[in-house]
Amino acid sequence: MSTATQALPESVTDTATLIAELARELPADCLITDTGRLRAYECDGLMLMREMPLVVALPATEAQVIAVLRTCHRLGVPVVPRGAGTGLSGGATPHAQGVVLSTARLNRIVSVDRLAQQAVVQPGVRNLAVSEAAAPHGLYYAPDPSSQIACSIGGNVAENSGGVHCLKYGLTVHNVLRVRLVSMAGEVMEIGSEAPDSPGYDLLALTIGSEGLLGVVTEVTVKLVPKPRVARCVLAAFDDIRRAGQAVADVIAAGIIPAGLEMMDQATTAAVEQFVHAGYPLDATAILLCESDGTAEEVEDEIARVRALLDAAGATEIRVSSDEAERLRFWAGRKAAFPAAGRISPDYYCMDGTIPRKRLAEMLEAMNAMSARYGLRCLNVFHAGDGNLHPLILFDSNVPDELHRAEAFGVEILELSVALGGTITGEHGVGLEKINQMCTQFAPDELDMFHRVKAAFDPAGLMNPGKAVPTLHRCAEMGRMHVHHGELPHPELPRF
Amino acid sequence: MMTTSFHAVLREQVLDAAARGGTLRPHGSGSKDFLAQALAGTPLDMRGVQGVIAYEPSELYITAHAGTRIADIEALLASHQQMLAFEPPHFGASATLGGVLASGLSGPRRVAAGSLRDFVLGVSLMDGQGRVLRFGGQVMKNVAGFDVSRLIAGSFGTLGLVLDVTLKVLPVPQAEQTRVLELDETEALVRLREWGAQPLPLSASAWHDGRLCVRLSGAQVAIDAAARLIGGEAADGCAATGYWQSLREHLQGFFAGDAPLWRVALPPVAPRLPIDGDVLLEWHGMQRWLRSDADADALRHVVSALGGHATLFRGGRALDRELGVFEPLAPEVMAVHRRLKQAFDPSGVFSPGRLYAEL
Ligand SMILES: Cc1cc2nc3c(=O)[nH]c(=O)nc-3n(C[C@H](O)[C@H](O)[C@H](O)COP(=O)(O)OP(=O)(O)OC[C@H]3O[C@@H](n4cnc5c(N)ncnc54)[C@H](O)[C@@H]3O)c2cc1C
Repeated sequence: MSTATQALPESVTDTATLIAELARELPADCLITDTGRLRAYECDGLMLMREMPLVVALPATEAQVIAVLRTCHRLGVPVVPRGAGTGLSGGATPHAQGVVLSTARLNRIVSVDRLAQQAVVQPGVRNLAVSEAAAPHGLYYAPDPSSQIACSIGGNVAENSGGVHCLKYGLTVHNVLRVRLVSMAGEVMEIGSEAPDSPGYDLLALTIGSEGLLGVVTEVTVKLVPKPRVARCVLAAFDDIRRAGQAVADVIAAGIIPAGLEMMDQATTAAVEQFVHAGYPLDATAILLCESDGTAEEVEDEIARVRALLDAAGATEIRVSSDEAERLRFWAGRKAAFPAAGRISPDYYCMDGTIPRKRLAEMLEAMNAMSARYGLRCLNVFHAGDGNLHPLILFDSNVPDELHRAEAFGVEILELSVALGGTITGEHGVGLEKINQMCTQFAPDELDMFHRVKAAFDPAGLMNPGKAVPTLHRCAEMGRMHVHHGELPHPELPRF
Repeated sequence: MMTTSFHAVLREQVLDAAARGGTLRPHGSGSKDFLAQALAGTPLDMRGVQGVIAYEPSELYITAHAGTRIADIEALLASHQQMLAFEPPHFGASATLGGVLASGLSGPRRVAAGSLRDFVLGVSLMDGQGRVLRFGGQVMKNVAGFDVSRLIAGSFGTLGLVLDVTLKVLPVPQAEQTRVLELDETEALVRLREWGAQPLPLSASAWHDGRLCVRLSGAQVAIDAAARLIGGEAADGCAATGYWQSLREHLQGFFAGDAPLWRVALPPVAPRLPIDGDVLLEWHGMQRWLRSDADADALRHVVSALGGHATLFRGGRALDRELGVFEPLAPEVMAVHRRLKQAFDPSGVFSPGRLYAEL
């Protein structure tokens, strides 16, 4: 998968004409055309896929976004929107015959309104910058992807990103109220509104998670929520993965929705401990992190209930953070899982399936077996509360065949996620990476409907083409079997 | 009837209507027939199959056939101390899940918990070509493909036949208390905004005629602390439950009578509406019910200048209803609506004109 394979519309324009036309619309410093500087845009966070774009445009105003899109539309040139390039599924991988439209210069916080609990921001604003701007008002923006110091709000909207707090506070879709969307034809649409339940079809829901296929987001109104007065974290160790999985179900079944509920397996704990020295119990098969937030009284009450449940579920050790420093230390390892993987292995490949919570132990056991079979180590970190798994497959691309095995391992995990009643992607998106597995998760008629939805916004098919939704032809060639509702075609055959 | 044979019957009707240029109007109990634009099309009863398909309390979801009574779903959830946190209005004892989804309405708790569409996890749908399509699923996090299931929420049966729906469910709060305060409208709006910007367990608010009711939900200790800060009197527990339910169902005196009922949605800090009429505020002032004979155009003008939108919810002049009960859409947004309608329903079979005359 070194080169991105995309279905391209027939290129109708030579590069020189394209550059000349764009140069008429944009100041010189808003266009990148030399190979050296274009390299920086060759890939997003999915570094396994690379492609050189013809041009990178860096519009600084919405009017310039419109001009770029109109020009490309007229010339029949594909456009790939790009935020911070931290996406993990190749959504921002360039198109070989296309323009990359970067939102890096659309990075202004337009307003923060304490009483309205809303902020209006341009798409290139970093996720964390929104919370920082809201902090003086005692407010914050709830979705907190681990990449929040770098990733952009526009990218979050396009991927419907989540974070460790989305169990209680929701995903991007629950926290964005309105966007301005510029279509490929250069028309501006106000979608959603600052008032509740805007009229007509819920185009906002369609736009969020659309992976840049429907238009370019040029402004976003986000909801801000009051910062809880207190947050504390419980760390529980388990010597059995099933027991840890059961403990998660017990907490939820008891009517508790923790602010965060995360799990790490032993391999992960060991890897991150070297890195962050959080004092994790290294002999535990799995550890759970369960956060409670609210008023001091609420937190105390909830922590007591959680503690009792974890105890009853057979936790071998339970610690409760006594102050903010300790709480952050508990989380440090979880947040450092990716860099830790990068430290102990030359390469790693991050997966993103979601499964029903109750299948957690089953899934873990299956992945252990796959790990042995492919001869590759795998670190497991999960958003356990919502069943979203992030197995990190460790490999070395310099060892012949390891990349290939890592990919095959990944595909098997995704297909098992679907078979267990889940999905191939909980928050990282399909992009180019998981496009073949879309043929597993969806039937041809459903994929056809996705193409129709795209065409309703982008009849010319020039906006981030070839991503997220496979052609039916591609699925037929892949020979993928569509798994209907978790029923495998031949359930009698062993699969792992 | 078996699900598969019911779907076969539906498919036959859809294909037949598509072939001869006919139209269909999917319906449940008819409790929401009064909403939206006039009904058109041959009635198609979606209650041929009913019942819960899957409910797993610890997985926080429920899947049921669209024809299932919403009251039955809520009773089942309540027996497991769970609830539909968006508190959908029923507007009739036999209201169905499909109708709740299609109308897209949420009740008092929306201000804290989110709206109906926030709780939609998956939908299966028969499109205008008679194809059964499934979108979303039963897990909380799922970004594979466009979010079609949320698109269906509030689409009033214009995009397809909703066959089954999966909703996220939440635990009922440990405790609740309603506080009552005597305040005028402006003061109520100011206080609600101020409370809303703080981490307080407010789960609903309503103001009418000098009386503000605020519901607090969560741990008893947190409620007690918030009650001290908010002040007012505690309403008697049972009466309070009845209050929020009768508000949700529009059974209170404010909603009686023939004066046109407008639903006005406004951004959080909008001031008192400069329009004659009786007003009832909900959602910290973001939803305002207005009984008023004001001219529809003039009212919409005022509301949209404040960043909001207005729906003629009940009653009103025939001419106003004909012109459209929903806020008109910008032309480029309407163009996308038309193309989406075409994508799902190429022959224009489903509920023509129910949402907008153009769809
Ligand atoms: C270390 C690390 C940790 C991560 N942790 C998380 C996590 O916890 N949770 C999570 O959900 N994700 C996580 N991610 C993934 C990634 O950060 C998110 O998907 C993020 O939202 C991408 O934002 P971006 O600005 O980098 O977008 P990009 O990667 O630049 O683009 C992503 C997609 O959005 C489109 N796009 C970008 N801007 C716009 C726009 N203005 N209009 C239209 N389309 C646009 C692009 O075309 C592309 O399809 C992580 C990534 C890394 C590298």
